[in-house]
Amino acid sequence: MNSAPWEIVIGLEIHTQLATHSKIFSGAATAYGAQPNTQACAVDLGMPGVLPVLNQDAVNKAITFGLAIEAEIAPYSVFARKNYFYPDLPKGYQISQLEHPIVGKGYLDIDLDGESKRIGITRAHLEEDAGKSLHENFHGLSGIDLNRAGTPLLEIVSEPDLRSAKEAVAYMRKLHELVRYLEICDGNMQEGSFRCDANVSVRPAGQTTLGTRTEIKNINSFKFVEKAINYEVERQIEIIENGGRIIQETRLYDANKDETRSMRSKEEANDYRYFPDPDLLPVTIDEQLKAQLKAALPELPAAKKQRFQAQYQLDHDAAHALTSSRAMADYFEEVVKHTTLDAKLCANWLTGDLTAALNKADLDIQDSPVSAARIAELLQRISDQTISGKIAKQVFDTLWQHPNSTADTIIAEQGLKQITDSGAIEAIIDKIIADNPDQVEQYRSGKDKVFAFFVGQVMKAMQGKANPAEVNKMLIAKLTP
Amino acid sequence: MHTKTIKQLAEGLRAGTFSSVELTQHFLTRIEKFHALNAFITVTQEHALTAAKQADKRLAEGNAPLLTGIPFAHKDIFCTHGIKTSCGSKMLDNFIAPYNATVVDKLHHAGAVMLGKLNMDEFAMGSSNENSFYGAAHNPWHENVVPGGSSGGSAAAVAAGLAVCATGTDTGGSIRQPAAFCGITGLKPSYGRVSRYGMIAYASSLDQGGPMARSAEDAAILLQAMAGFDEKDSTSINEPVPDYSRHLTESLQGLKIGLPKEFFQHGLNNQIAQDIDNALNEYRKLGATIIELSMPTLTMAIPAYYVLASAECSSNLSRYDGVRFGHRCEHPADLTDLYLRSRAEGFGSEVKRRILMGTYALSAGYYDAYYLKAQKIRRLISDDFQHALTQVDVIMSPVTPSHAFTLGEKTADPVHMYLEDLYTIAINLAGLPAMSIPIGLSADTPEAPKLPVGLQLIGAYFSEAKLLNIAHAYQQVTNWHQLIPTGFE
Repeated sequence: MNSAPWEIVIGLEIHTQLATHSKIFSGAATAYGAQPNTQACAVDLGMPGVLPVLNQDAVNKAITFGLAIEAEIAPYSVFARKNYFYPDLPKGYQISQLEHPIVGKGYLDIDLDGESKRIGITRAHLEEDAGKSLHENFHGLSGIDLNRAGTPLLEIVSEPDLRSAKEAVAYMRKLHELVRYLEICDGNMQEGSFRCDANVSVRPAGQTTLGTRTEIKNINSFKFVEKAINYEVERQIEIIENGGRIIQETRLYDANKDETRSMRSKEEANDYRYFPDPDLLPVTIDEQLKAQLKAALPELPAAKKQRFQAQYQLDHDAAHALTSSRAMADYFEEVVKHTTLDAKLCANWLTGDLTAALNKADLDIQDSPVSAARIAELLQRISDQTISGKIAKQVFDTLWQHPNSTADTIIAEQGLKQITDSGAIEAIIDKIIADNPDQVEQYRSGKDKVFAFFVGQVMKAMQGKANPAEVNKMLIAKLTP
Repeated sequence: MHTKTIKQLAEGLRAGTFSSVELTQHFLTRIEKFHALNAFITVTQEHALTAAKQADKRLAEGNAPLLTGIPFAHKDIFCTHGIKTSCGSKMLDNFIAPYNATVVDKLHHAGAVMLGKLNMDEFAMGSSNENSFYGAAHNPWHENVVPGGSSGGSAAAVAAGLAVCATGTDTGGSIRQPAAFCGITGLKPSYGRVSRYGMIAYASSLDQGGPMARSAEDAAILLQAMAGFDEKDSTSINEPVPDYSRHLTESLQGLKIGLPKEFFQHGLNNQIAQDIDNALNEYRKLGATIIELSMPTLTMAIPAYYVLASAECSSNLSRYDGVRFGHRCEHPADLTDLYLRSRAEGFGSEVKRRILMGTYALSAGYYDAYYLKAQKIRRLISDDFQHALTQVDVIMSPVTPSHAFTLGEKTADPVHMYLEDLYTIAINLAGLPAMSIPIGLSADTPEAPKLPVGLQLIGAYFSEAKLLNIAHAYQQVTNWHQLIPTGFE
């Protein structure tokens, strides 16, 4: 559909909920899922006479983010009031930042099919979240839950550097990974901790000025971002190709119908009448605080990936998969520390069997029933040749079902210990050679392929428990005339 | 008992001459007797008597703070837990605050006995008390005359002896102008000296609570209990609070008084100018010298103030939307109808006027021309004061261009009413402390009643102790502050 002549231009505004214990301007808790309006104090309710007091932890988390994207941290930033009426906005204004955001220009490198692309980040600013309007079960009325009101948000605005829905998703995933690495946001998209507005426009390839953009509001999954942008791009191209004109407007993505719908046009847009909030002093950030937070920065995904490749001799894909979350990387390093098994084989186990099991159970690594220590014990039994890799998979399945058990217990209970006693193996081999004279003849006349038949027979007779290296060695010796 | 100073009352309480319950009952009886003055919106009789009993107990135990058992009242802008806090508005006529303002807590802990909540212009917007939903309080000096505003109820109550002292708030002159009109002593502290937490906001960058009393000595005691850093107010300043009473009696020898000539030009009532001359002569006798100043930016204060205060008010008053508390219209058809009618019914016309002005000033395309320009003027005015206060110790000026006016005289012309604040609002823009002290009475003629005159004292940041000292020295050699309006003796 969107063939050669059109270039797609996308910028994302991502709202990340900062994982502070209390709200940005009050002492009320921020925990998700409490009974409506039980986590809203007088300040959150916008009672007459109340005043906001800035939560320093929110400031620190914003600075941490800024440092991680190598952005300029404003020595002086200002909170402003964004004025509009809505029932879930208790004060009739949202405290946000306009002219002097806390985080200035920075960037994020994203990976696209093995190639790296640098996406500019225009700014990131602190603001408070609004409450929620509940339209169900109120007999024609609306309910208001102000638990979320005042939850700290960091709004991260990208440059219009993204050129496809795929790039947009790659950027969003990368940012999602980063904020969780930094432990400034829990990244829970179902609970709205990480949500996205997409600014989308198209222009003829080669044109330098931007086309008229539309803004798609409040998309809360990677899948929907991709779908919403693709839908919107096609819609815009179709309009222009039919001689129409794009109207600058805010649109809403309807996941059920997979389409975007107009919410309001620019003419209908609110005049937010921003002005500096006189209840709050400008935020001043000194070099000392910056240095302190910089020193506390964790190893970031890109650096970790490089280190994994160098230190553990992992290939790019394995290193990438293992560093996709801080929890997975920590899990991997915990496993490697407790086994002598080759790190590459450990990586295969984690990206293979463990990840598959986690995906099937729809669990994150931090919720894995099998701990890193338990996996390490299992892999150690491969390393010391107690069991073969194949048997290990069987042990792993059992361990997954019974996470309180251990590899050694399962191996003992199920009699899976590998047989390395050459006498026992020799007896079996002798019997199989005696029982299959034709195949012996074929092998000796040069048909090497028959070798696999003998291995299979031995393993079958020994229920997979024979040491494969020993079997190979002995078979060659016996079959060679 | 209602003409005694706080110190005299504190001595009486400690000597057992009278109990706090007796004292409180005395004031409650007077409040009832002078009900027509309309100084109170809410009288908290039971609450007061309970507090008085506790105060008596505390006094008997010894070591009670100075204000223990002293009956006073709060301007109805300070939130009081469990007690109606109306801010003079129909919008909050049904509002029972679920928490105490910091100032309310502080005075409670200081042992003072709250008699009730005082009348005021709606949301502190007004200079005559006529914008109160509850009707204007009257000036004790004459029933047809306004007490000033917005802290008109506070000034009337103190002048009439219905409370020993009272809290007020001052955004553009709302403590000083009613203090001048009613012949009492009022102090607007430096911005950030008194916590604004729980003090319902009109214009956040200008609002400041302060004491209103019958003398500088009493004002010092009340301010002592109100002032101090509050972690709940980000704009309150973490600066130690001096002992205000200790500096009261310092000598004024060598004091340099500045008079900005811009404050003594056209528009100033001749008799007030004469009263100020007389007061300055008293200060000369006390050892002061007078220096004329020129502060040209002062003439820009009124437009800058009305842009900034209105802009902040338009945003501060957005929370009154009928959704969570306050007035809600009946049977709203939809959300827009709920907003429109709740606000149309709940707010009075002056509040609406300022919301409209402020909304306009902040609108896209006008922000730079109005709000930003006004901020620049504010900075210039502030610089002008800073500079002047390097040359002099205190700046003196009129508080008002004329004496208290009659009820209804200026309600038809808002601009005329705004000019009432000519001499007071620049001080709020600069964030400085300032006082109003009584320095005279107009001649008693059949056409015009005898009315008080105020003098404004303006000091550098955190010079409240100095201002109180300067005011007290004058009150030691004059008796204007001791005059009591006829009928309230």
